[in-house]
Amino acid sequence: MGLMVEGKELETDEEGYLLDLNDWTREAGAELAKTENLEMTDSHWEVIDFLREYYDEYQIAPAVRVLTKAIGKKLGKEKGNSKYLYELFPYGPAKQACKVAGLPKPTGCI
Amino acid sequence: MLHIVNKSPFDKNSLESCLSCASDGSAVLLYEDGVYGAIKGSTYAEKLQSAMSNITVYALEPDVKARGIADKVIDGIKLVDYTGFVELTADNEVVNSWL
Amino acid sequence: MSSVIKQFLYVNRKAPYGTVYALESLEVVLIGAAFEQDVRLMFMDDGVFQITKGQETTDIGMKNFSPTFGALGDYDVKYMYVCKQSLEERGLTVDDLMDLKWEDEDDDWAEKDSIILVDRAEIKSLMTDADVVLSF
Repeated sequence: MGLMVEGKELETDEEGYLLDLNDWTREAGAELAKTENLEMTDSHWEVIDFLREYYDEYQIAPAVRVLTKAIGKKLGKEKGNSKYLYELFPYGPAKQACKVAGLPKPTGCI
Repeated sequence: MLHIVNKSPFDKNSLESCLSCASDGSAVLLYEDGVYGAIKGSTYAEKLQSAMSNITVYALEPDVKARGIADKVIDGIKLVDYTGFVELTADNEVVNSWL
Repeated sequence: MSSVIKQFLYVNRKAPYGTVYALESLEVVLIGAAFEQDVRLMFMDDGVFQITKGQETTDIGMKNFSPTFGALGDYDVKYMYVCKQSLEERGLTVDDLMDLKWEDEDDDWAEKDSIILVDRAEIKSLMTDADVVLSF
């Protein structure tokens, strides 16, 4: 199973996560969002960008608890809670947002 | 506290590290290849014997017998069977299994 | 979530890439820390090689997981004990290790050092004081 992005097929695993995070582009992110039925807004992309930066620095996707804390610190207190993140990514911020961001499924993901 | 070692001290430094980290009154159990550390007169014996003034050392008898060293075990090392092994792990709240 | 917080001490004694122990340990640490337990790490023997600076694994085709130790502060892992003697034996000093920090929420997010050098006597009491000791 693959993901078609601008005429090119990107490899994914059986759950639709990108196999190679270097394949990721914004367009790929948009396609991945469609597979999760997400209407992407700037608020969504803000979280996606954050996740990609976090992964780039630490080589892991953060657990939800860590993600909410870090988002709150970086993007403002009103965004640093699981309610806000679950509104954006109803099926779990770590799981869904990581998928759109082209990251592997997070360790310790609940 | 119980420390468990299953590597030969002639191959790995697990026993040596364990002995340097075992506080007074704690127990050390040797099993599998760890029992080679229990051999009398080896280059390792002296270290183990001096540690035995503060800690209790056990060795798993089936492993000792299997390796043909039953008559070479340092005096003072207590031999235990599998039930004894289980009892030791049950009696000690914290168990550190050295790899 | 369980309300009982236990102190977990992860003792790391293996070098990072020759065996899978170091990576496995780190994964377990991340999972344990996600459950809001008091998680502490200890590095002794070859384990000190896990947190050296400047690891570059591209050419051996393995993932360099050393940057992940930098994230542990976010997981409220505040204490990373490093055996002084093990460093010395390997010709290393604390300056050869990554500069690992955690942020103290109760002190206006001040950055604090995670690495604490300990001798064998301190290691003895740290092991005795832990509720659970896990060796890798």
